[in-house]
Amino acid sequence: MNHDELIKALYDETLLGNAPRVLELTNTAIESGMGPDTILFDALIPSLEEVGARFERGDYFVPEMLIAGKAMSGALNVLRPLLAETGAASIGTYVMGTVKGDVHDIGKNLVNIMLEGAGFTVIDIGVQAPPEKFIAAIREHKPDIVGMSAFLTTTMPMFKVNIHEITKAGLRDEVIIMVGGAPVTQEYADAVGADGYAADASTAVRLAKDLIKKRRSLVPA
Amino acid sequence: MHTVLRSATKTVTIGHDQPFCIIGERINPTGRKQFQLQLRANDLSRLAIDVEQQVSGGADVLDVNMGVPLTDEPALLGRAITMIQTLTDLPICIDSSIIEALQVGLETYQGKALVNSMTGEEDRMDQILPLIKKHGAVIIALPNDATGIPMTVAERMTITEKIVRTVEKYGIPLEDLVIDPLAMPVGADPDSLKVTLETIHSIREKWGLNMTLGASNVSFGLPYRHAINAAFLPAAMSHGLTSAVMDARTPLIVEAVRAADLLLGLDPWGSNWITRFRALEASKAALNTGA
Repeated sequence: MNHDELIKALYDETLLGNAPRVLELTNTAIESGMGPDTILFDALIPSLEEVGARFERGDYFVPEMLIAGKAMSGALNVLRPLLAETGAASIGTYVMGTVKGDVHDIGKNLVNIMLEGAGFTVIDIGVQAPPEKFIAAIREHKPDIVGMSAFLTTTMPMFKVNIHEITKAGLRDEVIIMVGGAPVTQEYADAVGADGYAADASTAVRLAKDLIKKRRSLVPA
Repeated sequence: MHTVLRSATKTVTIGHDQPFCIIGERINPTGRKQFQLQLRANDLSRLAIDVEQQVSGGADVLDVNMGVPLTDEPALLGRAITMIQTLTDLPICIDSSIIEALQVGLETYQGKALVNSMTGEEDRMDQILPLIKKHGAVIIALPNDATGIPMTVAERMTITEKIVRTVEKYGIPLEDLVIDPLAMPVGADPDSLKVTLETIHSIREKWGLNMTLGASNVSFGLPYRHAINAAFLPAAMSHGLTSAVMDARTPLIVEAVRAADLLLGLDPWGSNWITRFRALEASKAALNTGA
């Protein structure tokens, strides 16, 4: 396979969620001398973008998105150390968790897939994450964004609790905070003092990129 | 084991020897933007349509959830229950995870209510079970705890055991306990419903308890959800599920349940099935003649 054929095969097999084949092709591409950033930015990310677009249009369904995400994650496990060596920058770090009292993880996982697919480094702190866990993850990973997911009207108030605790820990200015989940609305996100809300995974990724851009333009690195 | 629910005038019995109990899921603002806006404006008029559609669709009980963010849920739930009890004589399943809302709901409700739900966490049980006992209501309990949703039958059985012991400790008869064995979307985990079906079977074998679950959840994220829901319910019934919070408005799903009643010996000689058929034919004929 030449360069273009490899890129196309990686793109196509990721789109189909064929994890073993994507892993195999990733290894083949590396052995052939292809740069890890090329694999990521020319094949995997465009493929996941297409997955997201199809999902948004209603042409792709939850299981298809999940297996595409798994295929991409398998490739990323191989690429991550190589990307670190070449110094290719992640477009941002995102700490993500479902709030305390809430065990729903499908929506969170879909957003994680799309974020990884867009080139973010995602730290998933799981479900039932208490404020302490969000704070510890902020201290450890120094993310650009913290994402909080809640599926129940009764667990949504944890957004406010978490934001309060993050503020008390002196970390509120360090991070952008995004919230989401089935019952969440823009109005609710504003009421709890979040910086962003998105109704679906693709919108969340676009918003995450915009918020980081805006922040970096305000605070010159 | 017979779990009895009552409105002011009507009794519904849930049991392994009874036709399946269909609990209509529709009165719930989650995912219904327009309905949410109405509820936040204190406009309950939509309830009349939701009640009518589910009653005519074949619901035996109506679930009532008023979980709208940034509202006074207990007050809203109390008003909704009062209104629904003037619209139908079906018993109600009071659905909230806010204790105060359950309290107002139980104080408002006329009859013996079903309450949805509590987990196996001790503090939740200690808050909710005294209310259940005081009002003589029936509680739905989920075998999960603070650590999340267990993905093995053994773990779900362990938590169910803890729930059974706690319910007994409060002096509540086991007839007034209904277990929700947890059904997760099959699109997110291909094997999770096998765990659900096996849990249903084990709970039936060990305690003979009545069970319910949120049946529409299984098809989340997939196309043709109605067909998946219609296939899942008979499978769950054959393992020992005795009720479900489900879509009572889609004929395919309700018919799958009623056909399973017949096939599983819960509708002897098909009398319910035939009566339903005749009613449908009669309404079709009435439409055709323009009556």
